[in-house]
Amino acid sequence: MSILVTPQTRVLVQGITGAFGARHTQLSLAYGSQVVAGVTPGKGGQVFDGKVPIFDTVAEAMKRTGATASAVFVPPAFAADAILEGVDAGLDLVVCITEGIPVNDMVKVKRAIAGRKTRLIGPNCPGIVTPGTGKDSHGGCRIGIAPGYIHKQGHIGVVSRSGTLTYEAVWQLTCRGIGQSTCVGIGGDPVNGTSHLDVIKLFNDDPDTHGIIMIGEIGGAAEEEAAEWVQQHCKKPVAGFIAGATAPPGRRMGHAGAIVSGGKGTAAAKIAAFKAAGIAVATTPSDMAEALLRRM
Amino acid sequence: MNLQEFQAKQLLRQYGVAIPEGEVCGNPADARRIAEGLFAAGAKIVAVKSQIHAGGRGKGTFKSGFQGGVKIRKTAAEVYADAEAMLGNVLVTKQTGPEGRTVRKLLITVAPNIQKELYLAVLLDRATSRPVMMASTEGGVDIEEVAAKTPEKIIKETIDPALGLMPYQARKVAAALGLRGDLLGQGAKLLAGVYRTWWECDASLLEINPLCVILTNENKTALQAVDAKLVLEDNALYRHPDLQAMRDLGEEAPLEIEASKHSLNYIKLDGNIACLVNGAGLAMATMDIIQHFGGRPANFLDVGGGASQEQVAAAFKIILQDPNVKGILVNIFGGIMDCNVIATGIVAAVKETGLKLPLVVRLEGNNVTAGKTTLAQSGLTIIGGDSMADAAQKVVKAVCPA
Repeated sequence: MSILVTPQTRVLVQGITGAFGARHTQLSLAYGSQVVAGVTPGKGGQVFDGKVPIFDTVAEAMKRTGATASAVFVPPAFAADAILEGVDAGLDLVVCITEGIPVNDMVKVKRAIAGRKTRLIGPNCPGIVTPGTGKDSHGGCRIGIAPGYIHKQGHIGVVSRSGTLTYEAVWQLTCRGIGQSTCVGIGGDPVNGTSHLDVIKLFNDDPDTHGIIMIGEIGGAAEEEAAEWVQQHCKKPVAGFIAGATAPPGRRMGHAGAIVSGGKGTAAAKIAAFKAAGIAVATTPSDMAEALLRRM
Repeated sequence: MNLQEFQAKQLLRQYGVAIPEGEVCGNPADARRIAEGLFAAGAKIVAVKSQIHAGGRGKGTFKSGFQGGVKIRKTAAEVYADAEAMLGNVLVTKQTGPEGRTVRKLLITVAPNIQKELYLAVLLDRATSRPVMMASTEGGVDIEEVAAKTPEKIIKETIDPALGLMPYQARKVAAALGLRGDLLGQGAKLLAGVYRTWWECDASLLEINPLCVILTNENKTALQAVDAKLVLEDNALYRHPDLQAMRDLGEEAPLEIEASKHSLNYIKLDGNIACLVNGAGLAMATMDIIQHFGGRPANFLDVGGGASQEQVAAAFKIILQDPNVKGILVNIFGGIMDCNVIATGIVAAVKETGLKLPLVVRLEGNNVTAGKTTLAQSGLTIIGGDSMADAAQKVVKAVCPA
C-alpha cells in the first residue's frame, strides 16, 4: 500500500514549538496524520494546540506515545544533533526538513548512523506523504511541508530532490485521476540519508506501487546510480525529469547539492543515463505524468 | 564563499602549511616596499599576483592590453610598474568570462626555485559522503585534463570523518607523490595541515596547485604551497564570523548581493526572460523550459516557501534592474503559499514599478481561483498561463514574436 509510512504511523515532531514546526504540525493534524508527540527540550509537560503532548527528549516521547517516526524542524545549528538523538532513541524513521545544515555536520551524522536501524530522509527535504482515502486524500500520513490536498491514494511512487517539482508531478497525476502510493522528498543537499536508489528499491518491492516517477537535478551522480540499477533490476515502469539543463557551471542553484563541479553532475549526463536505462524522460516538467502513463 | 589566494594562504599558514613569504597590497608604492623587503631578505625573484576569485590569471590579459595577471620580476622598480598597470584595471581570463574582474589587490610574494610541481586538494566525495584528499604528481596544469587523459596519476585517499586524516594516510599520499627522505615527513605534516585547514574552516574545496618541491637559498629541498584556492561552504559560515568577514563583495554581482539581503536566491544569467519562482527545483526547471521553447532565461530566482508581498516586490525590482530583461515569467506552485498572496504582491509590484514589459503569470495550487481573480481584476495587462509549458510558450512568444 505504501513505503516507509502508513496512515497509522505514529509521528513525533522535533522542534514542534518553533514557528515552522508548529505550523506544519497543525497542517499534518488537519490532514489526519497521527502526530502523537512533540519534542522541545525544556518544554516537556506542555501541550501543543491542546492536542499533542510535548516532551523534553525523543526517548521519553517514544516511551510514552509509541511514536516510531520523527519530523525534524530544528534550526540548522542544532539539526544534526536532533537527528542523532532520534537515531539513538531507536526511531524507525527520521525525516529532516531543515535547510542550511553545514555539510560537514551531515558528513559526521552519516558516519555515525551507519549500521543503525533508523532510516534518515533528508535533510533539506519537503518530507514524505502516503495519501489517505478521505476527501483530498485526508487521513494519510504527512511528515513535512507538502500540501496534503494535491495527493490522491493510488499506485504511483514519486521520489524527488525538489519539493515544488514533486508537487507538480503529484498534481498532474491526481488531476488525471491517478493516485500515489507514497511520495518521498529526499532533499536538495549533497549529503543526505536516503538516495533515489534507496527509495526506488523500496518501490520495486512494494506490491502496491505500479509505476515510479523520479525527479532529479544537477550535481552528484545519484540519478546515474539509480538509472543503472533500474535498467538491471526494476520490475516497474519508470519516468524521470532532470532540472538544471540551463544552470551555469560552478554555481549553487538554490539547493546546496545542485552544482555542476569540474564538469561533473550535468543535466545532460543524467538525461543520457536515464535514456540508456530505458527510463522515460519528460522533456518539460509539464510532461512528467504523461511520460510515465505512456509507459504503463 | 570564495576567498582570495592571499586569504587562503594566511589560513594555511595558521595551520602550519608552508607558503612563500609575501604580503598583499592595494597600491604601487606598497607593492614596491614589499618587494624591496623580500629582495633584501634574500629573494632572487618576486611574483606579482593579481588577486581575483578566478583562475587562469597568468595567461590572462587586461582590457588595457597589459599581458598577464601574474608577473615574475627581479627588481622592485618592475614590481612598481606592474602594480601601476594592474591595479584598478580589468583582467580577463579563461575563467572570468569576457567581462573580466577588476584587480584591486596584488599579492607580492617570493617566487621560489621550483624543482617539481605537484597537485593537492581536499573536497567532499559525494559518492561516499566523506572527505577525500586528491593528489597528483602532475601539478601546475589543469587537473581535469589529468583526470581525463591520465587518471591513474590521480591519487585519492578517503578520510573517515570520525578519525580525521591519520598520519599513516598522510605518509601514504606523500610517498605516492614521490616524496622521500626528509620530504616524506615534511610532506605528511603539510598534508595534515591542509586537511585540518579544510575541515576546521568548513571548506567545500581547498586546492593547492601547484604544491611545489622547492630549493631554498641554502640549497635545501622543501615543500611550499605556491598557489591556493579556498572555497568555504555557505551553510557553515554562521559559525565562522572571522571567515565571513573576509567576504569580498567587490567580487560578487551587485544584484545577487542585493537579492541576498531580501533572503531571495538570485543568480544572474545573460538571457532576456526573467523568472520568479518558488522552490529551487521548480526555478531551475522554469529556466530550462524557457530555453526549451526557444527563449533565453535572464536569471534564476527562488523566492522560497514563504514569500511575502514585500519580497515579491523586492524580487520584481531586482529583476527589472537587469537591462537585458524584455519579459517576465512568474511560476508559482502554491503548496502552503497562498496563490492570492502572490497575486496581490504581483499587482502591487507592477503598479509600484510601472512595469510595461510582458508579464506571464502561472499560478497553481492553494487558493488559485482567488489568485487568478485578483490578477484578472487588477486592470493590468497580465497574461495567464495554464500550465508551465503554456506559460513558457506565451512568454517566449511575447518577447520574441518572430
